[in-house]
Amino acid sequence: MGFQRKIGCNWTESGISIIAPRMTKPRTLYEKIWDAHVVERRDDGTCLIYIDRHLVHEVTSPQAFEGLRAAGRKVRRPDLTLAVPDHNLPTTRRLNPDGSRVPIADPESAQQLAALQLNAPSFGIHYIDAIAPEQGIVHVVGPEQGFTLPGTTLVCGDSHTSAHGALGALAFGIGTSEVEHVLATQTLLLKQSKTMEVCIDGTLGFGVSAKDVILAIIGKIGAAGGTGYVIEYTGSVIRDMSIEGRLTISNMSIEGGARAGLIAPDETTYAYLKGRPMAPKGEEWERAVAWWKTLPTDPGAVYDRVVTLDATDIAPSLTWGTSPEDVVPITGIVPDPESFADPAKRIAARKSLDYMGLEPGTRMQDVAVENIFIGSCTNSRIEDLRAAAAVARGRKVADNVRQALVVPGSGLVKRQAEAEGLDRIFIEAGFQWREPGCSMCLAMNPDKVPPGERCASTSNRNFVGRQGPGARTHLLSPAMAAAAAVTGRLTDVRDLMTAE
Amino acid sequence: MEAITRVEGSAYPFGRKNVDTDVIIPAHYLKTISRAGLGKGAFETVRAEPGNVFEDPAYAGSPILIAGDNFGCGSSREHAAWALNDMGVKAVIAPSFSDIFSGNAFKNGIVAVVLPQAAVDRLLEVAKDHPVTVDLESLTVTTPFQDRFEFEMDPFRRNCLMNGLDEIGLTLAMDRDIAAYETRIAADRPWL
Ligand code: SF4
Repeated sequence: MGFQRKIGCNWTESGISIIAPRMTKPRTLYEKIWDAHVVERRDDGTCLIYIDRHLVHEVTSPQAFEGLRAAGRKVRRPDLTLAVPDHNLPTTRRLNPDGSRVPIADPESAQQLAALQLNAPSFGIHYIDAIAPEQGIVHVVGPEQGFTLPGTTLVCGDSHTSAHGALGALAFGIGTSEVEHVLATQTLLLKQSKTMEVCIDGTLGFGVSAKDVILAIIGKIGAAGGTGYVIEYTGSVIRDMSIEGRLTISNMSIEGGARAGLIAPDETTYAYLKGRPMAPKGEEWERAVAWWKTLPTDPGAVYDRVVTLDATDIAPSLTWGTSPEDVVPITGIVPDPESFADPAKRIAARKSLDYMGLEPGTRMQDVAVENIFIGSCTNSRIEDLRAAAAVARGRKVADNVRQALVVPGSGLVKRQAEAEGLDRIFIEAGFQWREPGCSMCLAMNPDKVPPGERCASTSNRNFVGRQGPGARTHLLSPAMAAAAAVTGRLTDVRDLMTAE
Repeated sequence: MEAITRVEGSAYPFGRKNVDTDVIIPAHYLKTISRAGLGKGAFETVRAEPGNVFEDPAYAGSPILIAGDNFGCGSSREHAAWALNDMGVKAVIAPSFSDIFSGNAFKNGIVAVVLPQAAVDRLLEVAKDHPVTVDLESLTVTTPFQDRFEFEMDPFRRNCLMNGLDEIGLTLAMDRDIAAYETRIAADRPWL
């Protein structure tokens, strides 16, 4: 320990880096991770930040590799980089009965997937192939493999990278030029963000899930409420929550405008990570845990903004419009745009309702749905599938529902679910059981919501055209999606749960 | 990257709030593996609306876009910046930008100018029929009517934009600092 401190002091004296060698002012979790990653601090406050982990997928990387090649540059730390295809992959069968690959019909998808398959190995990056058992959505694979670790900086060319904050990693989405910058230099030039504490205390009610919590938070702070901030989620609800639930919460930080959403690592985190393939082992594990234990926010540390929610106020919720802030409880009604005080919000709400094909005053539970999507990096982990299966068990998908997809977040989730018999429950109820990928979350592969149709979706984004041109999205929890599937309309899952 | 000191000309008086990256460039255009040619998909859903500014010949090829609060929210897709670049937009003026978008805009040589709502409202009015000038030297937006709105910009970004500097090249020049950090971390946090 003494040795490390001495190095820390030396570095601090040379003005290059900071691992606060003495007790300084109390710091937040975010500030501690930030300080531990400063390579150089400039006078204007911009810092060169070292990046510990980099996830790469097929959509936002081709132009970055193209740029590296054009400039004759190599990847600085291929060992800190992990590539997985997910966005474009069809979720139908990937292998023919004879063991050959099913070709990808869409030529553009095929081109992007082929580019990653070629680029990753040629730059020395570990590549998880489309047919590998560990393949899945980057944000499901990272934690599952133990690639995501507390106290790391983790980036990916995808805004829902915020998900990894659930394990106490400072994780955020970056654009392709930044992907190229990280590949070439393993660093990013960043300015420190402001900090926001979102504290949820109390006990969640019957039928209320992590998804309802994050929808309630975004409904409260607004879709731009977190802009410029890094959120730290605290409170008894978060402490009592599983890693799966925490990933759902952190995942949607970006929908509240915050690039990153952290949760302090604790015993739940360590128990989740221990033994994962890429997690530290043996003596390194012990050292890692000892360091992780120093990360939680110090008593007396100050956040720039504090938001509090009472868990008992949170009901099973969903969105009615085309912004993730358009949240109502399932017992609510479609709001009247004229009821909003902000004129811009009034205009936006009118447009939203027009797009969504909804009339003000309609009870949310009277709205029929034709499509169900249970999946995405928000809600495709084993707990999500268990929650949906618990509702689907012994029931049938309603006649007016034209497609009901269950898309596990990774091959490992899929296998686990199959071992538990969840696939049988879904298939018997009339759901389709698919291969892992992003799927109908953003409809880059063949899984789309047809124009003008409605989808009860466990994904994170309800933007215009997100699930296909003209698609109408209602964001909700896996249990609520399953409830909508079996009734054919948006439904209060608590009614089905009490009926059992 | 091309050096920019001033962007001058007609401006799309768009003004809409919370324009997300799916509106700037819909997901079905993201399958390209190159940076060029995305302008054709830019604002596709807006272009389908009657009377929109993007289909109005008066603004065709405008180098400036005036937008509302929270421009570029949503995904991290840099395709949004490439699409704007491809349609010839060199500067976007708005009351606020999403963090990721403003970073992407900068990295692609697009000037993101933040002005108060009142100034943006005035510019939306002027831009209907008149040109607007964004000047990085004086950090002002001006109109032919003596309007002069000052804005702030990160000095590093301003310097890079004005000199057309490549960020990766600048960082690679700091290789010794990065290597020294790596050596220290290999001792401090060997599990990484
Ligand atoms: S599941 Fe959706 S949100 Fe998540 S990484 Fe894929 S496309 Fe992005």
